[in-house]
Amino acid sequence: MAAVALGLLPLAAAAQQQAARPATTAAATAAPKPFGLGRPALAEEVKAWDIDVLPDGRGLPVGKGNAKDGEALYITNCAACHGEFGEGVARWPVLSGGLGSLKNDRPEKTIGSFWPATSTLFDYIRRAMPYGNAQSLTPDEIYAISAYILHMNDVIKDPEKELNQSNFAQIELPNAKGFYDDDREVTEKHFWNRKVCMKDCAKEPAKVTGRAMVLDVTPDSASRPRVE
Amino acid sequence: MAEQDKTSRRGFLAAAAAGSVLAASGAHAQGAGARAADKAITELPDWSKYLGDGVADRPYGKPSKFEAHVVRRDVEWLTASRQSSVNFTPLHELDGIITPSGLCFERHHGGIAEIDPRQYRLMINGLVDKELVFTIEDLKRFPRINRVHFLECAANSGMEWRGSQLNGCQFTHGMVHNVMYTGVPLKHLLNEAGVRTNARWVMAEGADSSGMNRSIPLAKALDDCIVAFRMNGEMLRPEQGYPVRLVVPGWEGNMWVKWLRRLEVTDMAHLAREETSKYTDLMADGRSRRFTFVMDCKSVVTNPSPQAPLLAKGQNVLSGLAWSGRGTIRRVDVTLDGGRNWREARIDGPVLNQSLTRFYVDFDWQGQEMMIQSRAHDSTGYVQPTKDELRKVRGVNNIYHNNGIQTWLVRSNGETENVEIA
Repeated sequence: MAAVALGLLPLAAAAQQQAARPATTAAATAAPKPFGLGRPALAEEVKAWDIDVLPDGRGLPVGKGNAKDGEALYITNCAACHGEFGEGVARWPVLSGGLGSLKNDRPEKTIGSFWPATSTLFDYIRRAMPYGNAQSLTPDEIYAISAYILHMNDVIKDPEKELNQSNFAQIELPNAKGFYDDDREVTEKHFWNRKVCMKDCAKEPAKVTGRAMVLDVTPDSASRPRVE
Repeated sequence: MAEQDKTSRRGFLAAAAAGSVLAASGAHAQGAGARAADKAITELPDWSKYLGDGVADRPYGKPSKFEAHVVRRDVEWLTASRQSSVNFTPLHELDGIITPSGLCFERHHGGIAEIDPRQYRLMINGLVDKELVFTIEDLKRFPRINRVHFLECAANSGMEWRGSQLNGCQFTHGMVHNVMYTGVPLKHLLNEAGVRTNARWVMAEGADSSGMNRSIPLAKALDDCIVAFRMNGEMLRPEQGYPVRLVVPGWEGNMWVKWLRRLEVTDMAHLAREETSKYTDLMADGRSRRFTFVMDCKSVVTNPSPQAPLLAKGQNVLSGLAWSGRGTIRRVDVTLDGGRNWREARIDGPVLNQSLTRFYVDFDWQGQEMMIQSRAHDSTGYVQPTKDELRKVRGVNNIYHNNGIQTWLVRSNGETENVEIA
């Protein structure tokens, strides 16, 4: 890990050396023999709750759908918040567009422009959508709605292309390679172990360069304590 | 009633400001006979004459009615729906290090799940020898631990990346709270199921209508994560995940899955929506950092602050909070003159690992304009950076992990504003 490269203590060692770490006897924290608590989960119980999808497609249920079928389902279940074209209503999430905007002053982070994996789309719709009526869509409906969203984002060109449990996770999204693991301990190494100035640190007095009152978007600001 | 209290409080503040701030100095400067006798002393109040409520009237105690203004507040324009939204801890109204349970900020993605504890189940599945189900009563039979930890939303101060926007530390810094949790080390549960050798991650999943799911590295899960059912001694509040939530010390709040229903042991991260579309940090070059779990060292002066102006000249107490996801707070520096001169703050109260830490500066104020900042140092040697230093590395589209130094401008009348300085 980066911590080693920096000469920082690994997590566990750092935690142990904290003088104020609450005292705990070994009995409460050592990896013990099993206590024999809990009961085996039945196969049908695991099946009922195990709704997640991994990036390689494990967990995708059997089913199929295409964008053509997905359009009507999307309009019924999704468009009220996300807009007919995925443009987003009010402050609800925008689902499409924004490709190539990530370096812009106002980037548009959508499924097409930002999300790294299609598995996320299935996993999220299946567990959380439609908002307020979660876990109500069938696998075929989710494949079809997903296909329609991917079609809106130009990831799928053919509206009749069938998506199913075998090919869904293989579809590559444009920003799949746009992510890298936390590197703060390397790229922000200069925030560690620096000498700080305590006296006469600047020649000139500091000047105000930005003020919250210019925007005044603070709630309840009219009723807050005022001093005259 | 509440509105009346609010009005009278405003009246008090206005009177206090007119009476003390504009007066030359404190009470000692007033000559004898310069003011009429204080009716709060000379007139016997009702509470000194008549019987108050008896012991049966308040079976679960609440704060005084005169504290009705001390509440969580939300920013309505921030989100599309209040069921997938956030409110903020009133940090400027609190002291010490523990956040009262009812004032801990809330962040929900599908509203509060109201779970009947008799219907509660926790499942462990995936890469384990035995897939298991636990009830609350099962969980309470494991050896228990108690830990005080801060929980900070990764988006705390996220509205301030492009500059000062919200006037009040409740809004700029209020997505943090600090609570004593009672629960069971997660490693005990995993040990019970038997983790397979190819396991690398544990996905935690909530039972709420968002089915919140996050991937946690197995090493962290086996280190210090807690499956918690109590906060500050009582059972978790519904909005904090009753009856069971995950505690992930020092790491971003979104990972502390509430209403925890399932732990799936896997060989890869899920790349769930909340660890890809959200809670990744977009950098200026258009690429994004992911898995930025640890909360960097941070501090804020809670008093004075825009919602808590200075009311009197002379002796005053500056107060604030500091915390680090990497360890303990070693030191806090405070400046009153916008960074030309600093002094070391006085830390008071427990200094705990990955916990809020309280600091004070006792100072004399003669009505001069002040630019107040605090700068925290943690036990790994990390020194809290300025906002500009952060922007230099992270750009302004990051949203998350804004731990830059906050500036409050205190005007000569005590009014305080959120500003940036150079």
